[in-house]
Amino acid sequence: MLKLGVPSKGRLMEKTFDWFGARGVTLRKSGSEREYAGAVDGIEGLELVLLSAGEIPRELALGNIHLGVTGSDLVREKLVNWQGRVREMALMGFGGADLVIAVPQAWVDVDTLDDLDAAAAAFRAQHGFRLRIATKYHRLVREFLRDNGVADYQLIDSQGATEGTVKNETAEAIADITSTGETLRANGLKILSDGLIHASQATLFRGSRANWTAQQRKILTSLERALEL
Amino acid sequence: MPTSPATLTEARRLRDHFAAQGAVVVKADVLQPADLLLDLYGDDIRARAYLTADPLRGEMVLRPDFTVPVVQMHMETYADPARYTYSGKVFRKQETDETRANEYVQVGYEVFDGQNPAAADAEVFAVIAAGLAGLPLRAATGDIGVLMAAVRGLRTTEDRKAALLRHIWRPVRFRALLRRYGAGDVPPLRAALLAADDPFAAAGPEIGLRSQAEVAARIAALRADAAAAPLSSDETALIDAILGLRATSTDALSVLRDIAVDMPSIGSAVRRMEARLHAMAARGIDVDTLDFEGSYGRTSLEYYDGFVFGFYASERPELPPIATGGRYDALTARLGQGRAVPAVGGVIRPDLALEVGRC
Repeated sequence: MLKLGVPSKGRLMEKTFDWFGARGVTLRKSGSEREYAGAVDGIEGLELVLLSAGEIPRELALGNIHLGVTGSDLVREKLVNWQGRVREMALMGFGGADLVIAVPQAWVDVDTLDDLDAAAAAFRAQHGFRLRIATKYHRLVREFLRDNGVADYQLIDSQGATEGTVKNETAEAIADITSTGETLRANGLKILSDGLIHASQATLFRGSRANWTAQQRKILTSLERALEL
Repeated sequence: MPTSPATLTEARRLRDHFAAQGAVVVKADVLQPADLLLDLYGDDIRARAYLTADPLRGEMVLRPDFTVPVVQMHMETYADPARYTYSGKVFRKQETDETRANEYVQVGYEVFDGQNPAAADAEVFAVIAAGLAGLPLRAATGDIGVLMAAVRGLRTTEDRKAALLRHIWRPVRFRALLRRYGAGDVPPLRAALLAADDPFAAAGPEIGLRSQAEVAARIAALRADAAAAPLSSDETALIDAILGLRATSTDALSVLRDIAVDMPSIGSAVRRMEARLHAMAARGIDVDTLDFEGSYGRTSLEYYDGFVFGFYASERPELPPIATGGRYDALTARLGQGRAVPAVGGVIRPDLALEVGRC
């Protein structure tokens, strides 16, 4: 048995079902609409596991599932050394969203990371604390800012409605996922011209094959053939 | 991983070696308040140290080194001169290399001596080297004080010097700033902003804590910067020459003396290096073969601002440094709220010293 983890609800699930369906592998929810159980037709021995997209990276790394569909941003955020722990099998071409740094439009003096760094230094001197950036992508944002030499900031955890944190004065800037930038603009924010941290899309990953049985490897081979990977 | 008996024995031997130089044995709590480290390093520290929340005391950190608690301990007495030694575990997150230990023993030697900094530098280096005697190690050295003196002496605005000094430990941003100050060109978007009669004409709603007055203040600073003359190519070339310097200490000194002819601001830092090399030679260190690198020690999450050194296993390049150290006057000034106490120190990892010794 080879377990494939797929997001358990919403557009990401539907698009994933469509993507596999177009390649002759039918994924479907079994039982009632509210039940998180699934079934697969077309590949013998492949089992569908429905779970939250955010949990798929961890379950893959632990080996509880063997394959998983989730956002490339989530794998990079949640798995340290992700390249050594999971492998990208296919970029699926949907679920596209950019993780970006955004600041108030009123900051006419800030267009680049260089500006953000200078503004952060002045802000800290003025207010006595480091400029707050609200995000739920702590590791990705911190690595990005470190690699670009931005200092005097602090990350504030925000698990939702991140765009509103600036207006609510719990943060001065944000780092969040956006697909069109519409919500950012509606909240008086703009994206830094060099503030793209990661362009994310739904991706099919597989975990380490080290502990797989011969049968599981065979199932993978037939899936790869069906998906033309 | 539990510390092996052999490592504990080696740690004890090293601590006794340091104590024999007159160092007082001190201890420190494993849990330290995190506010100071956050203040010094910002959120970068979260990638390297284990932070945890205490419901009463706020954010705490598993000590990533002993330097800060030892400095704080020293600040209670201000004995001068003073020497301290300690031995205990430190804790470091390893986010990229899982094979590196995330907790290990450090044995340290710290000297607070304002009388003769060059002699104190030499003493710490020589005492650490003696603790590692017989091991196949290569020493690397540098001097961030030379670079800082060079920046302070640049013929440019105080704002630019402050920005460069703020990023002295962040090579990427430092270089970007230097390039921008040298080129003297203004990016098109910024040029348009600076030329605008009303820079706020297209500004969106004013939201958040950063006020329009703060934005206006930065625009004024940008205007002043745009009006300032570009950094001369001669000066940026001298900074590049310092950063690119790789030679034996004796040769490096003569190169830096040459640079000091065109850049007198580094004169006193170079004289200090000369005094240090004399003091090291007097302690039996062969400075004619000792490596010197102009950019050594410029990594983030360090606080060295003068002499810096590290000992590496010659045959085992994959190992972290066996010992590291340097001068941290600015840290003591920060912790002493303006009252600076010149300080230099170093640490040895006994586990690695044993591993290298077994090869």
